[in-house]
Amino acid sequence: MPRFEPVLLKRIDKPNSAALAGYRADGGYTALKKALAMAPDDVTNLVKDSGLRGRGGAGFSAGAKWSFLPKNHPGPIYLCVNADESEPGTFNNRILMEQDPHQLLEGIAIACHAIRSNAAYIYLRYEYGRSYRVLDAAIKECYAAGLLGENILGTGFKLDVRLHRGAGAYICGEETGLIESLEGKRAWPRIKPPYPAIEGLFRKPTIVNNVETLCCVTHILTRGVEWFKSMGVPPDPNNKRDQGSYGPKLYCISGHVNKPCCVELPLGVMARELIDVHGGGVWKGRKAKAVVPGGISMGFLSANELDTKLDFEGPGKVGCLGLGTAAVVVIDDQTSMVDVLYNCCRFMSHESCGQCTPCREGTAWMTKILERIRTGRGKLEDIDLLYEVANSMGIIPGTTICGLADGAAWPVKNAVTKFRGEFEEYIRSGRSSITPAQQLMAAH
Amino acid sequence: MPTVYVNNQPVEFGAEERLNCVQAAQRAGVEIPHYCWHRALSVVASCRMCLVEVGQKKPDGAIAMQPKLIPGCQTPVTDGMVIVSDSDKVKAAQKATLEYLLLDHPLDCPTCDQAGECYLQDYSFRYGRGYSRLQEPKEQPPDKTYIGDQITLFTDRCILCSRCVRFTREISGTAELQIINRGNHAEIDIFPDEPCNNKLAGNVVDLCPVGALCSKDFLYKQRVWWLKTANSVCPNCSTGCSIFVDECEDRVYRLRPRYNPRAQGDFMCDEGRFGWKYVHGDERLHLPVQRDGGAAVSHDWDVVLPAARTALAEAAKRGEIAAVLSPWMTLEEAYLLVSYLKSLTSKLSLAVAPVRTVGEDDKYPKDVHGRTMEPTKFTIRAEKCPNRRGVEMILQHFAGSVMPMGDVLGRASSGAFTAMYLVGGDPQGWINEVQAAALDKVNTVIVQDILPSPASQRAKVVLAGGSFAEREGTFVNHAGLAQSIHRAIRSPGEGRPDGRILWDLAERRGLFSAAAVRREMADQVPALKPLLDAELGELGIKL
Repeated sequence: MPRFEPVLLKRIDKPNSAALAGYRADGGYTALKKALAMAPDDVTNLVKDSGLRGRGGAGFSAGAKWSFLPKNHPGPIYLCVNADESEPGTFNNRILMEQDPHQLLEGIAIACHAIRSNAAYIYLRYEYGRSYRVLDAAIKECYAAGLLGENILGTGFKLDVRLHRGAGAYICGEETGLIESLEGKRAWPRIKPPYPAIEGLFRKPTIVNNVETLCCVTHILTRGVEWFKSMGVPPDPNNKRDQGSYGPKLYCISGHVNKPCCVELPLGVMARELIDVHGGGVWKGRKAKAVVPGGISMGFLSANELDTKLDFEGPGKVGCLGLGTAAVVVIDDQTSMVDVLYNCCRFMSHESCGQCTPCREGTAWMTKILERIRTGRGKLEDIDLLYEVANSMGIIPGTTICGLADGAAWPVKNAVTKFRGEFEEYIRSGRSSITPAQQLMAAH
Repeated sequence: MPTVYVNNQPVEFGAEERLNCVQAAQRAGVEIPHYCWHRALSVVASCRMCLVEVGQKKPDGAIAMQPKLIPGCQTPVTDGMVIVSDSDKVKAAQKATLEYLLLDHPLDCPTCDQAGECYLQDYSFRYGRGYSRLQEPKEQPPDKTYIGDQITLFTDRCILCSRCVRFTREISGTAELQIINRGNHAEIDIFPDEPCNNKLAGNVVDLCPVGALCSKDFLYKQRVWWLKTANSVCPNCSTGCSIFVDECEDRVYRLRPRYNPRAQGDFMCDEGRFGWKYVHGDERLHLPVQRDGGAAVSHDWDVVLPAARTALAEAAKRGEIAAVLSPWMTLEEAYLLVSYLKSLTSKLSLAVAPVRTVGEDDKYPKDVHGRTMEPTKFTIRAEKCPNRRGVEMILQHFAGSVMPMGDVLGRASSGAFTAMYLVGGDPQGWINEVQAAALDKVNTVIVQDILPSPASQRAKVVLAGGSFAEREGTFVNHAGLAQSIHRAIRSPGEGRPDGRILWDLAERRGLFSAAAVRREMADQVPALKPLLDAELGELGIKL
């Protein structure tokens, strides 16, 4: 197999890759020029035809999302760039923003032209300080060069990009949570409908796209639909709902591997290839026990499911929630799944916004049950209870306002079904993952 | 008509009506349990108690159900919609939600004020499971007594429905309450030193579906199952909020707003809610008094009333008499008094006691600067009495005009009247010493009131009347809405409801009946014709 030529990560190793001059020297902002010469709807249709699906987690068609905006709306229409990358194990947006910010900014400008927006907000995860500084400098460069602001490239197109830093909440990555937060409120996701395309930021039509999605847009403009569709996995003819998984994708590989990294490959690579070839294999000569396919809310692949294709449909076929952010976390065979699951649950209960009852209470309860199991006081019934709680709080499609509950429930459901034996053995053994001192603390 | 099917039961609704599944089900007599939804507040659909299955009836009669459970509160009904609230799937979700809500709930029902009227109890009983599967310690956040002067928060009982938060944001506009922290550590709180003391604050206690927000005034005073409830109208301003008077053994414990779209809507203000304490005040007039030369000679109704009757009759023969009516009287009482005095003499001057006004109408919601915002959702009126309009209607009918009390007292001080009949009722006072001095020039002064006043001190006969909680009758609010008040308690001591006093004074046969007087009055007074055949019901009638 020939080595894949990176698209989105092509420039990241160049010296001073974040600077405008270098980006233009590599042909940057020609895609924008091309887009501005096209009618906005033609750009939307081009993106729709390319089959580009959102890289943020849900995999919704980007072009279709854009076309949901009301026709002939007097405006304003907003673009929100979801850069609140906080799914555990995910760090691809960070690389894109830190190493090649103009690729993103060009994508933003093209998208804004397509959706007739003159204002874009980048909602940046608070912890990404370097991304903030790099993006801030890049935006200033663009204003100075006439690539943002009034009359961009002499076409009369006007666009302002504002960079907003979050305050450290996972829920702000949910699109309506992001919008609420941007409006200065608590990031409590909104009930839908209305979807943001109809009523979003400041009650105006709004499109929320992930950083990587917008970066792809730039290249679709330059290289065209056929090129984009030459990568990835076409739709399964036996599954009418499968739209295919086209284009390049950044896979983040972390956990118990020799070489954690972010690698760009066409959609549809096998988990096993990612671990063995790109991640340098499982560390310390061990074997993988479980693999998170795309951020912990997607659940777990077991060791015999490693030949699953990591495209938008693949993980779903083996009981996972989906591709998610394609953040692959490898768990070796020396690690207790009880401990792994506890870690997932603790994260989700900490990040649950507290709005909907099942998620607020369910995430905390599951954490408490696992805490108890980890002190050696688990019962075999706890396994079924965990499953029942997870099942009642996250019945896809969910019983809650946003997807956090489903994402919190999925790893539990996967873990206790795929690794049930290990849970039973752990509980039967009466052992504890925590030190006697910690146990004493937990008892009080 | 558009039709929706609730558990196979067809429910029709108007083409213009906007109903959600919960409301449509209510029409069918089906309860869809809910916590966060409230008709006066915005929809957040966060408690997830009202999850139902919905589907659509196709023209060929086939039903296509949606695969997922939908919050009924958030889902508007459309023609042909099918709502299922009793399927196994729905029941499982209800059971699960209740189990979640009770996880960290202290289950301190024995000492909880809300016990007996608590939706956690009721829904657990109807839809919940009988036991908890939680084995870990419960979260026990500390109680917050500082939430407001009248409100206290039992933090661990809260289910985070956010009704109270939305009330302070959407109805009062004052936005004191908020939710702090995330996940299951989320709690209701205030900004430090900015307690929830707005004039509508007490409503959050009613809105709270559980025992989290409690009224400090009512706290630990009475178990709610001992309370009996009478429908009434708040007398403290001319908005005329429909209320419940909750009493036990002739003691009022609390007032609560009663939903009335024709009057105030869902709420009431704290002035009204807590402004009833005079009803049980020690200073209440609790005995009738007949005086001779300053000394009391009788406290017996059977002596005092005939004496008053005789004195009035004789005074009527000797010259002109005057009456001062109170805007706190019911229509029926005003009618009984005036028609009785009219029967004694045609030389009758009729006036109305001062209508106390305080400031201007106070409209809500307000913005952060205290400015009123549109649309107005609640008004506390400047006019601090329940029935100015009604009493003026009676006076206009009998006297042709409404004379202020000052005019009558002015004439009284020059000795124009042989007798005066004055009715009080305003617990904040309605006559001062200077005004009352005019009564010294009147031979026979009869005062009917609930509290002592400079007038009652000078009166030959004092008739101990009843407060709003002790009477039957009709109040007409600022907008001409006639609503009935009902007797909740007996008057203290020997006090009697004013209707009965006036009925007996007029020597009418039998027992006082507000309904009978209302019919007679509606027949006599053209402006009150709408009351003739109609039942006032719970919502009242617009005149």
